[in-house]
Amino acid sequence: MFSKRIWTLVSLLVVMALVLAACATPTAAPAPVETEAPVAATEAPVVATEAPAEPFVIGILTVGPITDNGWSTANYLGAVYAQSKIEGAELIYAENVNSAANPNTTAAQFAEQLLDKGANVIIFNSDDMKDGVTEFTSLHPDVPVIWLTGDFAWEDGKRYQPDMKSQSDVFSKMEYGKMMAGCAAALTTKTGKIGFLGALINDETRRHAAAAYLGADYCWKSIRSETTPIDFKVTWIGMWFNIPGVTLDPTQVADTFFTDGYDIVISGIDSTEAVTVAKKFRDQGEDVYAVQYDYEKACDVAPDACLGVPYYNWGVDLLPIIQSIKDGTYTRQFVWSDPDWSDINNPDTSSIGFKKSDGLSAENSALLDQFIGELAGGLNLWTGPLNFQDGTEFLADGVEATDQQIWYLPQLLEGMTGDSVTK
Amino acid sequence: MEKEKTKNPNQNSFLFNLLTNRASSMTLAVVFALVFTSLLVWMMKANPISVFQTIITGAFGSTNNFTQVIQAWVPLVLASLGLMFTFTAGLWNIGMEGQIVMGAIFSYGIIRIFDGSDASSALVIILCILAGILGGTLWAFLVGLLKNFGGVNEIFGGLGFNFIADAVMLFLVFGPWKPEGVANGSTKMLDTRFWLPQIEGTYLSLWALGIAIVCVILVTVILQGTYFGLKLKAVGKNNKSSFLLGIHTNRYMLLAFVLCGVLAGLTGALQVLGFNHVLRNNISGGYGYIGLMVGMLANIQPLITAPIAFIFIALSKGAAGLGIDLKLDSNLAGVIQGALVIFVLIMDGVRKVLIKKFKGVQSG
Repeated sequence: MFSKRIWTLVSLLVVMALVLAACATPTAAPAPVETEAPVAATEAPVVATEAPAEPFVIGILTVGPITDNGWSTANYLGAVYAQSKIEGAELIYAENVNSAANPNTTAAQFAEQLLDKGANVIIFNSDDMKDGVTEFTSLHPDVPVIWLTGDFAWEDGKRYQPDMKSQSDVFSKMEYGKMMAGCAAALTTKTGKIGFLGALINDETRRHAAAAYLGADYCWKSIRSETTPIDFKVTWIGMWFNIPGVTLDPTQVADTFFTDGYDIVISGIDSTEAVTVAKKFRDQGEDVYAVQYDYEKACDVAPDACLGVPYYNWGVDLLPIIQSIKDGTYTRQFVWSDPDWSDINNPDTSSIGFKKSDGLSAENSALLDQFIGELAGGLNLWTGPLNFQDGTEFLADGVEATDQQIWYLPQLLEGMTGDSVTK
Repeated sequence: MEKEKTKNPNQNSFLFNLLTNRASSMTLAVVFALVFTSLLVWMMKANPISVFQTIITGAFGSTNNFTQVIQAWVPLVLASLGLMFTFTAGLWNIGMEGQIVMGAIFSYGIIRIFDGSDASSALVIILCILAGILGGTLWAFLVGLLKNFGGVNEIFGGLGFNFIADAVMLFLVFGPWKPEGVANGSTKMLDTRFWLPQIEGTYLSLWALGIAIVCVILVTVILQGTYFGLKLKAVGKNNKSSFLLGIHTNRYMLLAFVLCGVLAGLTGALQVLGFNHVLRNNISGGYGYIGLMVGMLANIQPLITAPIAFIFIALSKGAAGLGIDLKLDSNLAGVIQGALVIFVLIMDGVRKVLIKKFKGVQSG
């Protein structure tokens, strides 16, 4: 019996030692090797009279991995851009903030972790984090929060939240980028059939799909002078990226598009399946292409199979807001920015751009430039007559859509096939 | 003839005592699990000490972190307690995940009925909890029925019902229960008056915590202080003998499923009312599966379930900081949990073999 007690006691001591060892302050790491010449010994040592300034910390939550070559990469690089332009700023992030990867930790709780680590501003990077923004701001009403793609700060919006006084929304008018994507697809297609690989269905994805259709329809009819209507089909996978067993498999959806004669697939999801599948088909001798989304280098995985990518420069809109937070001049705002039409690919001034890829022919590249020039010149494709998918009128002849009508587009447009949800 | 145990010369050796004492054997298992995880971390070119420090800080480094651990402990301990009933009856209720999901669905169904009404919040919350319990119980009962009357092994039945529950969930959140104009795998958020009240400034609900503590006590009393618990244990230890001794084994096994389902459904309801505040895909949070690991380590002792569940959830929550601080995948917590279970089972097996070989052999 005595022996048993001794063993139990020893075991307890071992467990305590393990816990204490893990909790102990780590031994200071060896000082890094100085790369500069040491100060001359005769100089008097400089006595610090002030504590070093607290670093300004930018925190960002990304719904996917920051290496997804899509949405999360673009968001993360936007935050990196802002950090690089703000003196003394640091950046911390938490990735894979979604219920599939982290079912027991909400976005709000991840935000708490960033706050604990000193974040002065927290960026939520997904529409999927709406509830997280709500919960977090209710507990921390004074912490600046930026919700990418959100509309809580839009006074004229349907979901305006007047109590969230430190929360801002940032988005750019990717509708133009999607129009360019649609145009590039319409200029290139030989079958007159364009597939749109959609994510989940919400206001944002509906208007982006509709914008791609408007761009395709315009270039098909006005630039190519085709008279038969273009076949534009949308298939939603159910999420921003593939979740096996939950979403439709985007690889399979893209594969089905190409098999069914859709020779161009425009990606609306955050990952690169569309272009990967296009490459597979091209390797088999098929003349098919994809148009990527989100990230400037998203075509790099298969440039020949890609026509181009409408991409975000998040840093352009994030920088002034975050700088104002650091400077103490921050006020709540809703940003839905236009491209810099003088140079849509200027990383310092244009919040969206379109990067052409090797799949786009020189002739079509010139025609696409012509279309971009028309957009820059004021061409508004959100002009009636336009009907909703169910045949009801969206815009009467000559009427231009308001920002609210575009943002909260309730259905896909007439001429598109695919689910609108609100039937 | 009086029996006497054979005396083995190894019995007093250091190694023998180390391996056959339950406490030291379990400590060794923990050490092995930590060494194993450290090796993995080291192979990932990270510092194991930093990893463990990050996990501990992530779990206990601030009041907020600690309350998150407590909050997440509630569903895990409830799920683990539910499994105590089926473990005691010798059953593997793999279907716990689906039962949690059905509990959440039933619970949210009540919210939908009263959404926009001026019904008392307390009444609606109570109805939600009862509906959740009903949902979980019904789903567990079906697995039990298949086991008892269809001869379907509860593991396969449970897995099948998990898939069905997930399919029902996906149908609802992408279909009739989706928010207006949106289909993103989640319903709209509950009106805050239907949330379980939280401690101000935290995500922790004392009501949920209280329910969990009461359940720990209740399950302990039922399993260790009643004839029902004793009979259930007999069924689990030796089904045939129990039947021959007059215990309605089928009835007891079915009751084990039902009681497990009660706690699973309660877990699902609290996931909706106290944690997620929406109905969404993955609402079960994997607690049904993690609960199985907790149950295995707890060795069918409900009271032990509470601290083991606490350690497990502290690992999970603490590991969320691994990605932020060390750029490591937070799923490393799952590796540590799995390693703990495997090494504890191995060491327990070694202990039992040694005891049987050198202490249990009797002459005569």
